[in-house]
Amino acid sequence: MMSTLELKEDKMLEVQFVGDDDVLNHILDREGGAKLKKERAQLLVNTKKIIKKPEYDLDEDDREVLKDQNYVEVLGRDIQESLKNGSAADGGNKVYSFQNRKPSEKMSKLASELAKTPRKNVSVNLKNDPEIMINIPQCSKRQSPSDKVQVKNNDKSEFLSTAPSGLRKRLIVPGSHSDSESEYSASNSEDEGVAQEYEEDTNEATLSQKIASQNRVVSAPVCKETPSKKMKRDKTSDLVEEYFEAHSSSKVLTSDRTLQKLKRAKLDQQTLHNLLSKVSPSFSAELKQLNQQYEQLFHKWMLQLRLGFNIVLFGLGSKRDLLERFRSAVLQDSIHVVINGFFPGISVKSILNSITEEVLDHMGTFRSLLDQLDWIVNKFKEDSSLELFLLIHNLDSQMLRGDKSQQIIGQLSSLRNICLIASIDHLNAPLMWDHAKQSLYNWLWYETTTYSPYTEETSYENSLLVKQSGSLPLSSLTHVLRSLTPNARGIFRLLIKYQLDNQDNPSYIGLSFQDFYQQCREAFLVNSDLTLRAQLTEFRDHKLIRTKKVRLLLQIICQDYLTSCLLQDKYTFGSTVGNKWRFYDGSQGSI
Amino acid sequence: MATSSVSKGCFVFKPNFKKRKISVPVEDYFNKGKNESEDSKLRFETYQSIWQQMKSETEQLQEELNKNLFNSLIEFLQKSYSGFQKNSRDWGGQIKLREIPTAALILGVNVTDHDLTFRSLTEALHNNVTPYVVSLQAKDCPDMKHFLQKLVSQLMNCCVDEESKEESILVAQKKTFCSMDSLSSWYMSVTHINKTDPKMPRKKRTSSGQWQSPPVVLILKDLESFTTKVLQDFIIISSQHLHEFPLILIFGIATSPIIIHRLLPHAVSSLLCIELFQSLSCKEHLTTVLDKLLLTTHFPFKLSEKVLQILTNIFLYHDFSIQNFIKGLQLSLLEHFYSQPLSVLCCNLPEAKRRINFLSENQCENIRRLPSFRRYVEKQASEKQIALLTNERFLKEEVQSLLENLHVYHTDYFLVLRCLHQFTSSLPKYPLGRQIRELYCTCLEKNIWDSEEYESALQLLRMLAKDELMTILQKCLKVFKTSSEEQLGSTAKRIEEFLAQFQSLDAEAKEEDTSGLQSKGLQKTDLYHLQKSLLEMKELRRTSKKQTRFEVLREKVVNFIDSLVREYLLPPETQPLHEAVYFSAAHTLREHLNAAPRIALHTALNNPYHYLKNEALKSEEGCIPNVAPDICIAYKLHLECSRLINLVDWSEAFATVVTAAEKMDANSVTSEERNEIIHARFIRAVSELELLGFIKPTKQKTDHVARLTWGGC
Repeated sequence: MMSTLELKEDKMLEVQFVGDDDVLNHILDREGGAKLKKERAQLLVNTKKIIKKPEYDLDEDDREVLKDQNYVEVLGRDIQESLKNGSAADGGNKVYSFQNRKPSEKMSKLASELAKTPRKNVSVNLKNDPEIMINIPQCSKRQSPSDKVQVKNNDKSEFLSTAPSGLRKRLIVPGSHSDSESEYSASNSEDEGVAQEYEEDTNEATLSQKIASQNRVVSAPVCKETPSKKMKRDKTSDLVEEYFEAHSSSKVLTSDRTLQKLKRAKLDQQTLHNLLSKVSPSFSAELKQLNQQYEQLFHKWMLQLRLGFNIVLFGLGSKRDLLERFRSAVLQDSIHVVINGFFPGISVKSILNSITEEVLDHMGTFRSLLDQLDWIVNKFKEDSSLELFLLIHNLDSQMLRGDKSQQIIGQLSSLRNICLIASIDHLNAPLMWDHAKQSLYNWLWYETTTYSPYTEETSYENSLLVKQSGSLPLSSLTHVLRSLTPNARGIFRLLIKYQLDNQDNPSYIGLSFQDFYQQCREAFLVNSDLTLRAQLTEFRDHKLIRTKKVRLLLQIICQDYLTSCLLQDKYTFGSTVGNKWRFYDGSQGSI
Repeated sequence: MATSSVSKGCFVFKPNFKKRKISVPVEDYFNKGKNESEDSKLRFETYQSIWQQMKSETEQLQEELNKNLFNSLIEFLQKSYSGFQKNSRDWGGQIKLREIPTAALILGVNVTDHDLTFRSLTEALHNNVTPYVVSLQAKDCPDMKHFLQKLVSQLMNCCVDEESKEESILVAQKKTFCSMDSLSSWYMSVTHINKTDPKMPRKKRTSSGQWQSPPVVLILKDLESFTTKVLQDFIIISSQHLHEFPLILIFGIATSPIIIHRLLPHAVSSLLCIELFQSLSCKEHLTTVLDKLLLTTHFPFKLSEKVLQILTNIFLYHDFSIQNFIKGLQLSLLEHFYSQPLSVLCCNLPEAKRRINFLSENQCENIRRLPSFRRYVEKQASEKQIALLTNERFLKEEVQSLLENLHVYHTDYFLVLRCLHQFTSSLPKYPLGRQIRELYCTCLEKNIWDSEEYESALQLLRMLAKDELMTILQKCLKVFKTSSEEQLGSTAKRIEEFLAQFQSLDAEAKEEDTSGLQSKGLQKTDLYHLQKSLLEMKELRRTSKKQTRFEVLREKVVNFIDSLVREYLLPPETQPLHEAVYFSAAHTLREHLNAAPRIALHTALNNPYHYLKNEALKSEEGCIPNVAPDICIAYKLHLECSRLINLVDWSEAFATVVTAAEKMDANSVTSEERNEIIHARFIRAVSELELLGFIKPTKQKTDHVARLTWGGC
């Protein structure tokens, strides 16, 4: 530190504060040897103390920026005190660090490791010694082939045959990422013998203690090697390179297996629900405790809402039940609107509509959203006794996360007598709000990690791996068809049949209008192309079909979603839809 | 009523009309849901009154700070307006007339505070210049049509509440197509009415100035976000109409004035006659706010070092927003009164003394339990200790005197702090910070005289020149004089003495100078003699080693300041009963104002034990037990993958882990069914991860999902 500073001092031209006397001294006794030098030295020390942070500028702004370190320290200082924010220090490191390229089998390896992690009843024997407790999973990680905890499932046997050396490598990687994991790297150079010995005789506490001590010994030099800033800088540049390496090639190595080979490929919503209902939730006592903890905050939330703050809940797990309980506990006597942000059809328009129509009993219409907003704002400003609570589940959902929606909701929530309590789940949800919006919202953040499953939020048919049962479009189709004339049904039926027949034809672009007209005439369904056109317009309005012009010919295509859901039931098509058709045809007689 | 449906996303709940009438007062929520509800009503009232005071104080501050800016703006407007009137005839005026007078108002990056400024600006203009003030935001004006519509409707509104025109006209106007022509004709008609109508109330004339046709002021709140085309078109068109529609523009600029030239080409910007106005920097604003709210005995409520640090850091590193700072202050005030039962004593001194007499037994216990009070008791003589711990009346009396001491401590504290700040704020390199808030933070944190920075500051002070020292002393004197308190009266006197001494030094120095000159004399010498005499002088210096009188005095002053600091700038933790007025729960403040949702999510997924305190979940760093919640396991597994994840592999890996975990359980269900259930659990975990934004479906490869985050283990 000192040497570098002095170096700096040599290079930099510096203006030092020198007292009048010293100046005089300097002029008067040129050869004033020892004493003068001493004084100057002292002066240097003084300035050095001040220059300690070398880049300190006179400019205040820079200076405050440079105190960053200090700032981070302050913000991070009492992280341990608070239960809420978790292990932020190394957590952030992991979230934001770049990824390495990983061979595809990594996951299976980890899986087998995790599978073999001894459970509690194993470790009970050794409970006396905390040092050993920490060591158990680590040792078992050195996946020796003689491992007894084999998984019997045949499918997975391939995972277990992986060589331990590869695994070791993986274990080194984390060591280089965070300094805290020196134990990991220790296992690298150690001989397998110890590990095996250990596994042969797990109950022998003394032996494991020895391992622990060995670990410590081995880890010490490793620790010494790692620090120093240069190393770190190299590492970051390495990480950058790794990032680009990982993203330069478009090819990603993953296995080619597909779900079709598995027997249970996709489940539909209902069976999924049924299956999951059989699972008994684990850790219910702890979850209950968590929830009770949050419930104690209800009154405080209410107080803060009434005092002009708005509340946003974040953290893992569905917060819907919590908000529901909040609603039933304290909101029963006040006007409130519950908004399911996760509902796929939600929009700001519908939110505003329900406020104007149902809360304020206004029957008029508005020209635009902004007009409507202005009207609501005025209404609430005029009548200060009016009070409205908005509960929004998933403020960050697909439908509400747009800039305009957030602006409007923010403006609503900035009103004195509208109180907003919302939940967010998405990882990047806070990015929705810039400073202007945040000040509109006037948030108070509350962490409510509940671990409860997002049942309702994911129940709409848009999630991965869930079979699109098509029950919704089919039921709406039924409704539309019910209101049609028999001839119109016939027209649609013709079209659908044609399309399903041509399903496998890749060059199929639709049925041309002229052909379709011919067919319809032949079936005595229409008598002029005008009637057919009118009918098609109706279909189009119901979004049953779409049309496009190809080479000036009108091509009629049945909507993809309909064909796809009809196709999924290809085998049952005859039975279900066909029956329905027959049913309609049959009912034709009775009408 | 259920709140889930497949056809509806909004559910309105209206309680019965009868019930709604009795709305629960806010203070009820203050009382409920807590164990300790001592004096909660009183506490809530105190909170409200203090908060109201603080709020009005800040608003007043804002007004004062903006006054200068507004005055110069108004002056500019009036000048440019009179330009309209005068120069309309001669040729130069004709040229000038094509130029729209424009005030570019540079407001700084703290966008959130701008609204307040604009609001008070509109008000000021309304009162002093013209009734026609319109402010537009970029989001209202995506194109020319909307721009004009907004402008017209707002102008009409100004006009309506001025003259109460019939609404029907307004509505009709609103619907019609708006053009600049219609605007100028409207303007003509309005001003015409003004001129001819003798029934116009006098009052209005005077309020809008003595002008016949007041200008129209258009404020563009956020110039940066306006589209270039709209701005250009509008400026060109309105410059054509300027002779009949006297328009004045005000640009609100957050970044720098260069943005005008970036937005507008030369041909357009030459139509503007721009003058720059700079608003007060937000940092100065913060300093004044702190000065008025915290560095004063006017408000009993105080912040501890950590809290203050967090608030200023949020300000300096996140938003530069005064509003947010005040919000933080409000939250800490609320938290303090909500969580600290003894905050009932956090009010002005006479009131607090009165309240002490009514303290309940529980509250007395609370006082006895305070760490600072305990420390105080331990220092007392043993019989007094017993009295304090057993006798309620004695305790109350003692607490009264302690509170008084605390008050005195604060008055002295701030005086000395300001005084010290005068000394250190001008030192080179600012060892103790340039702003008083930095100094305040260090003083709150610890004994400042133990710090290295303080040492170096004192050393630097020992080198100050006389005139510098004197100006500082004079400033300090002013600080002490402004306070009405008599506590530090002697200090003021001492400073005056010092000043007098310095003055007398001046006189003496003159005499000495002349005498010194005489004694030395300027004789002609050769080099040898000169050298010799210089050596002699040096020798003389060394032997006598005397300090000049100035140096002695300077030393005295510095020592005096040092003693003041050591006596009065004790950190608040040393004061008994400081808990009643200092808010110190910094972590709650940070949790609620500056939360870290990503980290919370990561922790919950990576280390479930942090939330679910179950021994089975305990694990070492970077590892997760296989009994963890499904989503944690799926998350952990997905960290192993690069950009794409094969769903089959993932599901099998998941099944491996979960089956291993379940093996210990009873094998009652058949294996086929169990596999199904596990698969269902996997599906749930995956779709939850999708909802959380970790993965998304992709079409790059069949049955794959794409990872959306970087990093892993």
